[in-house]
Amino acid sequence: MTIELNFTINEKKITLKTEPNRRLLDILRQELNLTGTKEGCAIGECGACTVVMNGKAVNSCLVLAPQINGAEILTVEGLEKDQRLHFLQENFLKHGAVQCGFCTPGMLMSAYALLSKNPNPTEAEVKEAIAGNLCRCTGYKQIIDAILETEGDIK
Amino acid sequence: MSSRKIIKSKYFFEEDFVESLAEVPVEKTEAWASGAELKVVGKPTQRKDGYDKVSGSAQYTFDISLPKMAFAKTLRSPHPHARILNIDVSKAKKLPGVLEIITHQNTPKIPWYFGMSFLFDTTLRFEGDEVACVAAESEHIAEQALQLIRVEYEELPFTIEAGQAMSEAAPKIHDTNILRGRPDTYERGDIEKGFAEADVVLEETFTTQTAVHNTTEPHCSVVNWDGDRLTVWDSTQGIFSVRDGIADSLGIPASHVRVIKKYMGGGFGSKLAAGKYTVMAALLAKKIGRPVKIALDRKEMNLAVGNRPDSVQKLKIGAKKDGTLTAMVHESYGASGAYPSGAACSWPFRTIYQCPNLNTIDYSVYINAGPGRPMRAPGHVQGTFGMDSIIDDMAEKIGMDPLEFRLKNYAEIDQVGNAPYTSKRLHECYQQGAAAIGWYQKRRPAGSSPGKIKKGIGMASQIWWGGGGPPAYATLKLNRDGSATVIAGTQDLGTGTYTFIAQVAAEVLEIPLDNINVILGDTGVAPYGPSSGGSTTAPSISPAVRDAAEQMKTKLISGAAAILEVPERELSYRNAVISAITDSEKKLGISDVVRQMRERVLVTTGLRNANPEGYTINSFGAQFAEVEVDIDTGKIRLLKVVAAHDVGRILNPLTSDNQFHGGIIQGIGFALMEERIMDPMTGKTLTTNLHNYKVPTVMDTPTEIEVIIVSDSDPLISNTGVKGIGEPAHIPTAAAIANAVYNAIGVRMKSLPMTPDKILHALFG
Repeated sequence: MTIELNFTINEKKITLKTEPNRRLLDILRQELNLTGTKEGCAIGECGACTVVMNGKAVNSCLVLAPQINGAEILTVEGLEKDQRLHFLQENFLKHGAVQCGFCTPGMLMSAYALLSKNPNPTEAEVKEAIAGNLCRCTGYKQIIDAILETEGDIK
Repeated sequence: MSSRKIIKSKYFFEEDFVESLAEVPVEKTEAWASGAELKVVGKPTQRKDGYDKVSGSAQYTFDISLPKMAFAKTLRSPHPHARILNIDVSKAKKLPGVLEIITHQNTPKIPWYFGMSFLFDTTLRFEGDEVACVAAESEHIAEQALQLIRVEYEELPFTIEAGQAMSEAAPKIHDTNILRGRPDTYERGDIEKGFAEADVVLEETFTTQTAVHNTTEPHCSVVNWDGDRLTVWDSTQGIFSVRDGIADSLGIPASHVRVIKKYMGGGFGSKLAAGKYTVMAALLAKKIGRPVKIALDRKEMNLAVGNRPDSVQKLKIGAKKDGTLTAMVHESYGASGAYPSGAACSWPFRTIYQCPNLNTIDYSVYINAGPGRPMRAPGHVQGTFGMDSIIDDMAEKIGMDPLEFRLKNYAEIDQVGNAPYTSKRLHECYQQGAAAIGWYQKRRPAGSSPGKIKKGIGMASQIWWGGGGPPAYATLKLNRDGSATVIAGTQDLGTGTYTFIAQVAAEVLEIPLDNINVILGDTGVAPYGPSSGGSTTAPSISPAVRDAAEQMKTKLISGAAAILEVPERELSYRNAVISAITDSEKKLGISDVVRQMRERVLVTTGLRNANPEGYTINSFGAQFAEVEVDIDTGKIRLLKVVAAHDVGRILNPLTSDNQFHGGIIQGIGFALMEERIMDPMTGKTLTTNLHNYKVPTVMDTPTEIEVIIVSDSDPLISNTGVKGIGEPAHIPTAAAIANAVYNAIGVRMKSLPMTPDKILHALFG
């Protein structure tokens, strides 16, 4: 059995047929070749697969295909515009908020969801926003600093 | 071409000294002097791999996808100890989409675990031991097929605790349950005499838990055969080690195996060698004639691909009233898991404090659990916790400040090797770290903090090898436009290898960083580089890169001399322009030299120099922690961690800071929450996902981490003067936190992790 889905990814309208038991993560990585979104645990514990769906940060491993019908989805690949990195991405580089980089796309998307709603977050709000994103090698301080510097209208 | 020779090289790598013949330059390039004005090296430099990682374009092994790629999943033993009586794959094979299934029945007996077992053994010695592997059109189908494989097991008695496994009555996992049948021992001086001289003798037992690496990127490989040639993309810390392991396992020439790793999501010691999964995927790919991807899930990672062995450390130390240590004894045992892996943890105990009379005994014990693998400073993290806890107790017992006690017993030379250190600046770590945490102002007597939230400060010392050594190579190619490519057989774990290699080359050739491309992690194109472990990557590779760049500079000057008809000695090299000292009109840019030599590319290969003879190379450090302990809930909160270290020259403060923060936070995890828990009734592991196995989140991190580097260079080691950082950053954190907790509550925590239940139990019984 397949279902037809209509949704928007990184401002591009998509129509595709897929099986209803597919996860959003599978659709991104396998059907759309958007491998910037990572898989670290498959049960919503590590946050490596975080994307922004309808303005909220979600674990794409916990979203089933039918749930994305009509949704607007932003992945890490959608942050860069006109071959220029988003200043959230630039701040990650400036502050050294990247090491192995495997958690980075998820961190960026959690941060983006926060900043879209709350352009001037406190440090406590930043921490809460990335509390579901595990980093195993860099530590979190540089990531917090990078997000805090990216205040203001991020769109 | 600079002249070379072959020497016997020996340096410490993870769990032991590695010895090999190594090609080295006859003459070492002089090290950059301490305090030398360098333009690029030592400056905060954004990562070369930065764009790829923030844009999402970085391709990890997990992201590799090839046309017609099939997917493999592994059937693993559900029992801690069992024999396979029969395997029936007929039902699984009929599942649509299943392509091939391999078991011990249809594969060669490939030796594994140092010849103690096979790729597929019929005796299974831990939950998670490999039974069969399925290739299918999708991962989902492969998983379904696993459930259709019928295996008849004969369950065997098991043992999952090292202390019990050492007893006569315990079920035997191998001929003996003790690794090599005997403990590792070390002794110096006269231990009886040492204790007789002591005014105070303390004896205590400390325990640490089994921890699991839990890298963010799963262990995974993608394999592809072109005829009899195999390409392997692997998430690995050692491309050459994986290449040789696979070639040996499959019985094919090493030249037929190419291992590639561009980016990886963490290793921490768990990805140093070829994995069974890679070889299984290669066998399946050969049979089905298609590329195969195999990726472990979180449960498999927590069962089968390594852990830090636990430890039970019985320590006894004696000191005079004036604080002089007179005797120290360490006796420990720890669980290797079902196959050889060192659980010894007495290395820091032997060397870091001055003591003439000292004995250590370490037993590594087989149990029915996943085999250990080096995990970020094997032995040192657990050993430092026990040692620095009892040292703190001794200081208190004789009424000395713990920091003064450590200074009193400062070891000026390496007591095991009886050799001087190339450099040791630990006393500066103590002084600067103490100042940063406010040691003398804030610290109160243990347990005297008022109220329900008690504050405390503690510290611990760090020693590690991390000097690296030869053989290690780097090839530099200079293009005719003056841009360069450096190719090295090392790999970047995310630690900044791409970036520092470019910095070193840019420093020597005085060309923009942006004009340097770095290619790592490909056995098909790179000269040999060692595995990235033991904090040796930067100390081993950076001098080879500098050597390659210096040779290139010499070559360019020689070329310019011929073109300008000016003797080499009368030419100067500045900002990538070579000019005659006496006639500034006579000059050439380096790209002009390459062009006029009519070569499109100039090539040099640099080597890591030999380590200096008669010296021991170690890194040192001290970490200080300030904590709050809530005695109602038993919860520990980190306020501040100060890390002061002697790690030679820092190549890039931006990436070095990453290493320190990451190492400290892993240390917090080990101190407070990370623990593999097994069920004694079933022998199964209960902590097989990231919900049960607790890794620190941002909420568990301290308000402040301050990193202080006391060293500027260690010029005796190499031309770059670098020591490694990865493991030093992590070693003393847990011990410092434990001592801070003692200072806060006045009760000694003897067991890690210090979970709230243990704190409450220690406080109220």
